[in-house]
Amino acid sequence: MTSTPTKIQFKDNVHGPDKVPITLNVNGSFYTLEIEPRRTLLDALRFDLNMTGSKKVCGMGECGACTVLLDGKAVYSCLTLAIECEGHKILTIEGLSQGQNLDPIQKSFIDEEASQCGFCTSGQIMSIKALLDNNPDPTPEEIRRAMSGNICRCGAYLNIFKAATKAAADYRKQRPAKKNGNKNGEID
Amino acid sequence: MAKLIKSKLNWEGTTFERMSVVGDEEPAAWPAGEQLNYVGKSYPRVDGFQRVTGLAKYTFDIQLPGMLYARVLRSPYPHARVKQIDVSKAQEFPGVRSVISSLNDGDVFSNVLQFAGDEVAALAADNDDIAEDAINLIKVEYEILPFNTDTEPHPVSGKPQDNQTVAPLDDHPRIYRRGNIQKGFQEADVIVEETFRTQFALHNSLETHGAVASWKGDELTVWESTQSIYNVQRYVAEYFKLPLNKIRVICEYMGGGFGSKQSSGKWSLMAALLARETGRPVQLMLTREEENLATGHRAPTVQKLKLGAKNDGTLTAIDLVATVNVGANGSGARAVGGSCQSMYKCPNVQTEVHSVLTNTGPHGSFRAPGYVEGAFPLESLMDELAKRLKIDPMDIRMKNYALTDPTTGQNYSAKHLDKCYQRGAELIGWSHRLSINDKSPVLRHGYGIASQTWGGGGGPPAFAWVRLNSDGTAEVNPGSQDIGTGVKTVFAQIAAEELGLEPDKIIVHIGDTAQGPFGPGSGGSMTLASVGPAVRQAAIDARKQLYEVISGYFEVPADQIQIRKGHVYVLGEKKPRISLQNTLRQLGEFTIIGRGARGANRDGIAVPTFGAQFAEVEVNTITGEVKVQRLVAVHDVGRIMNPVVAKGQVAGAVIQGVGYALTEERIIDRSTGIVLNPNLEDYFLPTSLDIPAIDSNFIDESDIDANILGAKGIGEPPIIPTAPAIANAIAQAIGVRFLSLPITRAKIVEALQTTGIAGGVYP
Repeated sequence: MTSTPTKIQFKDNVHGPDKVPITLNVNGSFYTLEIEPRRTLLDALRFDLNMTGSKKVCGMGECGACTVLLDGKAVYSCLTLAIECEGHKILTIEGLSQGQNLDPIQKSFIDEEASQCGFCTSGQIMSIKALLDNNPDPTPEEIRRAMSGNICRCGAYLNIFKAATKAAADYRKQRPAKKNGNKNGEID
Repeated sequence: MAKLIKSKLNWEGTTFERMSVVGDEEPAAWPAGEQLNYVGKSYPRVDGFQRVTGLAKYTFDIQLPGMLYARVLRSPYPHARVKQIDVSKAQEFPGVRSVISSLNDGDVFSNVLQFAGDEVAALAADNDDIAEDAINLIKVEYEILPFNTDTEPHPVSGKPQDNQTVAPLDDHPRIYRRGNIQKGFQEADVIVEETFRTQFALHNSLETHGAVASWKGDELTVWESTQSIYNVQRYVAEYFKLPLNKIRVICEYMGGGFGSKQSSGKWSLMAALLARETGRPVQLMLTREEENLATGHRAPTVQKLKLGAKNDGTLTAIDLVATVNVGANGSGARAVGGSCQSMYKCPNVQTEVHSVLTNTGPHGSFRAPGYVEGAFPLESLMDELAKRLKIDPMDIRMKNYALTDPTTGQNYSAKHLDKCYQRGAELIGWSHRLSINDKSPVLRHGYGIASQTWGGGGGPPAFAWVRLNSDGTAEVNPGSQDIGTGVKTVFAQIAAEELGLEPDKIIVHIGDTAQGPFGPGSGGSMTLASVGPAVRQAAIDARKQLYEVISGYFEVPADQIQIRKGHVYVLGEKKPRISLQNTLRQLGEFTIIGRGARGANRDGIAVPTFGAQFAEVEVNTITGEVKVQRLVAVHDVGRIMNPVVAKGQVAGAVIQGVGYALTEERIIDRSTGIVLNPNLEDYFLPTSLDIPAIDSNFIDESDIDANILGAKGIGEPPIIPTAPAIANAIAQAIGVRFLSLPITRAKIVEALQTTGIAGGVYP
């Protein structure tokens, strides 16, 4: 699917933060919003699209609770302007599961007790998603490094590592199925 | 039947007696050693699906039609008087709906500001961005007043300086005495003494403090990220002079608290005031910076500690004089002397705790408040004593092992700390500490030990209801909240155990004052041991009623009916009669409500928790980097209800302890009174790269005299010994005794430049 970026027209001599129309591709659906250019992707998701799974913790790119995937790459949505995301694919925690069917990362988070209060969980899961999509068989050290931008104040790190390891194995089992055209194996 | 009793309660290290309403006679605790069907097994979280899909709605996620967003203007000065305030520009700003300040409310907003970050004004606007734009349009004229942020006491006496404001506690200073310390020090063969310092530490829960308020006429609903929905209800009701039944407080999911959300705060009042002014719901969530300024801290302390002992290591005297910086409010610092009073058998003990008020954010409970601060000096100095006497650090702790509670002389309900030491020593390889062979002068290794005691036995009042539906499912209302520790899941296991239903047939409703009975705040490691017994009682009550009903259907006496794993059995018959569901189908629609209440604590016994931790560290003598390579934790908290959840609590507490030991510190500039690192970039929380391999273990022996579960709390105990265990390991690795936390790289490098590996003391 490709999106047709809306042309952003700035009015002359306007210093104020006027709203502009933009179209975002979030979890495979297109949403047209009227937002100010300064709106972050995180605020657009939370306030304008009511997708509150991505959390605002620091608003400054220090904690990772707002992590989403932009064209498959993990980004801090609090440091990304929504208008920069036109024409790009955004994947959020809301797009990872299909109804009752959880992604293997989500399943392994439950099985391995990888969240306590759960506030960092969406961001943790999205960081692991980005890691595993690019590196199907990460070493423990690679997992630690990949997760180092996601703070968990409850300290569930060890279980998060276990969940990532288990999910990686589950992904590897699934991915050959994708090559055979099994739609269920598709994870993006 | 409800009745009123007096019950003893140990709350965060202090024991007191209070009136409590309790229920009927309680059943006996599950027999120790008995294998139960659901309790004691590692069930995954009952709300796991919501947590991993982003569907769990936290206070931050509540969005109501027409909701406004609020921002707070905070004092830029540590101490100031508001001379004049002009809100007109903010009021006129497009999208701003209401501004409140001391002009309209002198209770919420004081004219005298006590710390940099104190509330000056608040406003509500159509969206977050507008609120942020407008807040700085409020013009305030301040009269700057003199301030003090220091903890430092008088250099000689160890007591507060003349210019320090002493906290207005009823019993200030708080003095505890037993025996005679002068006599104790006279009897001592050896005396060790040092002055220790601990830092400002911050909870930094990932969900900030805040509330959403919505009025319908004179009925108010408040969503708040809180550890106590009932505290918030009472606080808001008193402020607005409304009866409790008009205030509903909801906290279904909660993004961390660690003690900071135990007490209520002005955010709920500001949100409710703005909502009343505008006739629209208002969300007021603090920013990360505000969270670091105004929502509580672990108090910095200066602790002068002196130990006297015989040559064989037997303690003869403990003398502690502590000064505690309680910030802009004076509550909650009482427990700093707790470890010295109750950890070891020692006949002569005196602790004197002074609280000083300063122009810093308010002091707040932080995971085992007082004991974390107090365990660092005591456990460090115990090691120094062991070193002087050439005794193994574990042996000196066993030498002073208390078989009865040293503060009361009472028997313990149970104590297996000796087993904690033994198992921990085996797991870490304690004997290796004698054969460390560091080949490189750069990487040095060491082992450290520390012990812990804390409350966690729970007590009344706590209540629960269990509702049985006609399809064989159950709903549990424990009146409490789940702050992330997993009690919700454990409550489902407890109900499953008594109802004979699988846990997946049970839903637990929590965090809503309109849905359940009263429940205590989630603090003091008390929720499981206070509320859990009430859940068990309620499930038993519901089961009894169900057996009565079913006995009528099968025409056998109720005491011969049993439900196991969803099937109905008649006593003496091997095969089940029929499935519970098929039975219920015949009975028509009905609701059974079982009620439970936490019973009184037993008189004459002490119900603490114990634990020991062992750390193995590697110190880089060039960079000052400390790698905690392994941390073995062994805790004695009675029956383990859900091992995977309990281990999560231990690991989490240990990781916070690692931060407290090595990196975490809120830094306040002394000359301006401003917090220099109110963010997660400069306040160093442990990340995935900083954590040790953690080996969490339990003695797992039911404490049947503690309560009818035989279980005690695990939320706080494991953070207490972590920092001193690490400090002791560092002392072995490089020969330097650090007297202040955090033990940063800079301190290590500086200490080694001064002392070399020869050893010494670093302040």
